[in-house]
Amino acid sequence: MATITGSTGHDLPHHGGGGHGHDHDVSYLHPKGGFFAIVWDWMTTVDHKKIGVMYLVAVLFMFFLGGVAALAVRLELFTPTVIDTSTNQVISGQWLNIGESWADGNNTYNRIFTLHGVIMVFLFIVPSIPASLGNFLLPLMIGAKDVAFPRLNLASWYVYLFGTIFGIVSIIQGGVDTGWTFYTPYSTMTDAEHWRVVWMITAAFILGFSSIFTGLNFVVTVHKLRAPGMGWFDMPLFVWGIYATAIIQVLATPVIGITLLLLLFERLFHIGIFDPRLGGDPVLFQHFFWFYSHPVVYVMILPGFAIISEIVTTHARKNIFGYRAVAFSSIAIAGIAFIVWGHHMFASQGEVASAIFSALTFLVAIPTAVKVFNWTATLYKGSIAFTAPMLYALGFLFTFSIGGLTGLFLGCLATDLHLHDTYFIVAHFHYVMMGGTVIAMIGGLHHWWPKMFGKMYNEFWAKVGFFLVFVGFNLTFFPQFILGTQGMPRRYASYLEQYTFLHQLSTVGSWVLALGLFTHLFVFVQSLVAGRKAPPNPWGSLTLEWTHAASPPIEHNFHHEPIVTHGPYPYDDVLPAQTRPGEFILPDPLPAGKKAH
Amino acid sequence: MATIDLGHAATHQRPDDPSLPPYKRYRAAAHYRDRDHEFDAVKMGVWLFLATEILLFSGFFVGYAVMRMLHPEAFRAGSHHLDWQWGLTNTVVLLVSSYTVACAVRNAQLGQQKLLKTNILITMACGFVFLAIKFIFEYSKKYREGLLPGWFYSYPAAGDPYEPMWWGIYWGATGIHALHVTVGIGLFMWLFSGALRQKYGPEHYTAVEGVGLYWHIVDIVWIFLFPMLYLIH
Ligand code: HEM
Ligand SMILES: [Cu+2]
Repeated sequence: MATITGSTGHDLPHHGGGGHGHDHDVSYLHPKGGFFAIVWDWMTTVDHKKIGVMYLVAVLFMFFLGGVAALAVRLELFTPTVIDTSTNQVISGQWLNIGESWADGNNTYNRIFTLHGVIMVFLFIVPSIPASLGNFLLPLMIGAKDVAFPRLNLASWYVYLFGTIFGIVSIIQGGVDTGWTFYTPYSTMTDAEHWRVVWMITAAFILGFSSIFTGLNFVVTVHKLRAPGMGWFDMPLFVWGIYATAIIQVLATPVIGITLLLLLFERLFHIGIFDPRLGGDPVLFQHFFWFYSHPVVYVMILPGFAIISEIVTTHARKNIFGYRAVAFSSIAIAGIAFIVWGHHMFASQGEVASAIFSALTFLVAIPTAVKVFNWTATLYKGSIAFTAPMLYALGFLFTFSIGGLTGLFLGCLATDLHLHDTYFIVAHFHYVMMGGTVIAMIGGLHHWWPKMFGKMYNEFWAKVGFFLVFVGFNLTFFPQFILGTQGMPRRYASYLEQYTFLHQLSTVGSWVLALGLFTHLFVFVQSLVAGRKAPPNPWGSLTLEWTHAASPPIEHNFHHEPIVTHGPYPYDDVLPAQTRPGEFILPDPLPAGKKAH
Repeated sequence: MATIDLGHAATHQRPDDPSLPPYKRYRAAAHYRDRDHEFDAVKMGVWLFLATEILLFSGFFVGYAVMRMLHPEAFRAGSHHLDWQWGLTNTVVLLVSSYTVACAVRNAQLGQQKLLKTNILITMACGFVFLAIKFIFEYSKKYREGLLPGWFYSYPAAGDPYEPMWWGIYWGATGIHALHVTVGIGLFMWLFSGALRQKYGPEHYTAVEGVGLYWHIVDIVWIFLFPMLYLIH
């Protein structure tokens, strides 16, 4: 029984910057002096853990803003707008209107759902898991002291901030109504006398660079900084997922960069390549846009997959079923992601192209299904602990499967022409993005919370949060599938009377969902303020961040460079370090002091 | 470009002996095992970055191809306005600079401080010459004639109604390329100041190598832009 791992035996050289004059064994969270010193320390840090936490705060804040917009959208849809058709005056049912007329209200609605989409996609979900948990965990999981390029990492955060500023300027000037997809001609013609569309496109352009920086950093980190003894197939599957994500970030994001640049040229100079009046082709814009934006949906979901692999193994104390299949399926997804973009344009491109893209789209389902089956098989005969992270993983299997399977309906030409641009699409992508990525992220946050902040969270309230989120989520989005099949189009501020009941279910669901999310916020804040101190390895996990690092980790992650002698999940053969047998996976573990090695 | 592995095979970090030149005293960042390790990582990072650059320009190439298919006449008429002699001159200038920057990398590997500085300066000068030709003999002339993108096009005798689109692609692609040349010049200034302080030598020439690779890409992009815009009729 190869129990863990010695270390190289000698201390690593101290930090190159030198002259910090502090104890190297203190936690990375240990405050450095007074208030301003602390702020300065965080703002200039190149520590991947701090940058991860800074990203976490930023993306959660954006999630909150985007969430407020979502609640507003749902509120507007609580009732259909009734108008007097002879005068075009609103009689009742218009909840949001920055203006007076009926049309003003519809404009307001367009701006709010665009705001929601832009914030959620560009500011929240693309950076969400990789830049926060990924940043924090990737070096720890491969036994490195930092990412390959720590300053580039910090730059990424500032570029993100810089891009956000442009977005805020646009919002202050009134926001945009183009949809997050920036389709021409909306994005080139609307609000011609204003600059706000330009600022929003600029924001998305700049944000792309922060994504590229993160991705580039992670690819090199995984290639070059693995600890001695860690071969490619000894890496935790989280690392594989983040690696596949990073490859897409590097190879797809430049394309959206140039696309948005061309869009800016189009808007500012009317060069014409996307404008049929000037000889161009708006469908070309759609091709360019989706060449990035389909791969990017895997930037969103692969990190979610990455988290689920860790939770399922740890909280069921089972080796993953089919390690290589799960690892390679991430890479396969990353590859196939680049050749299916045309499935967003079945209604706008030629028939032959549509048929080819439809066939290719079905390919994506294979590696995705491989993962779902492997997680399920991992659970089989595992000793499952129903901790909050595990509940989230199980919830993920349920909701993500619905999201993925409905993708197949949409990949099928005949059904898609019926469902395209209806609420069915809205439901599909929320089942994958919210039911997949966000649910995985919340599960991951609970799983690694003790490691990140050194505090346990309250299991009971976390579970309450889970049930609210799970019920609220399904209540919000399941009715939208039905609405879609009945013909309710997306992006409309009102609807026919017959859809009222399902829309109201959905809106009520959004309130339950919001309540659940606030419960989690409460759980996290409560933990930071009054949580019990976390032991180094409360789940009895086998990956390096648990077995070799303190909770929270010290500044340089490890006292000694770890040497890896086994894969990440051999729960049957190896006793987890930093914990005692029989004591893992307790929702309420003993204080660290009592859990000697 | 032959990269003879000379100095950086010695992997041990050296003590801070102030009598040694800076490149010998260079220590890798703390999260790397040694200088070699760091060099490999940085080089990989640079290559990835260059891949993103190629992808960025690929947008122009694809846009060009599609629009040319739709409006071959406009593109033919547009490219007739370009002076291939200046384009060719600039191609030669960039090719020469690619050679000198390759030499600079080699000089750094061999520790030839003087040649290193000379080659950096020549490369930088080529960058300036490129921009000068571009601005003085091409951009300003086109600007005066009204051969501008989209709505700003005001040339009195357009050969084809879609010529403004061609000028959009021309100005966009060459403009972004010129921006890259400008950034390159900045990088060479930075390298030169480092070379003055003997920061690059056999033990440590990561920056020279990285900037060199960047400059090659800037060159290669131009090698594609030149025939695409100037030569295909
Ligand atoms: C089994 C895998 C999947 C398949 C086969 C699939 C298929 C599709 C298809 C065909 C469409 C276009 C429908 C239309 O507009 O008519 C679509 C839309 C969409 N999908 Fe998926 N999908 C899959 C997974 C995902 C995942 C994992 C995500 C994100 C995490 C995602 C996010 C989206 C989004 C955001 C849209 C709508 C974009 C918009 O128009 O605003 N999909 N999907
Ligand atoms: Cu897609």
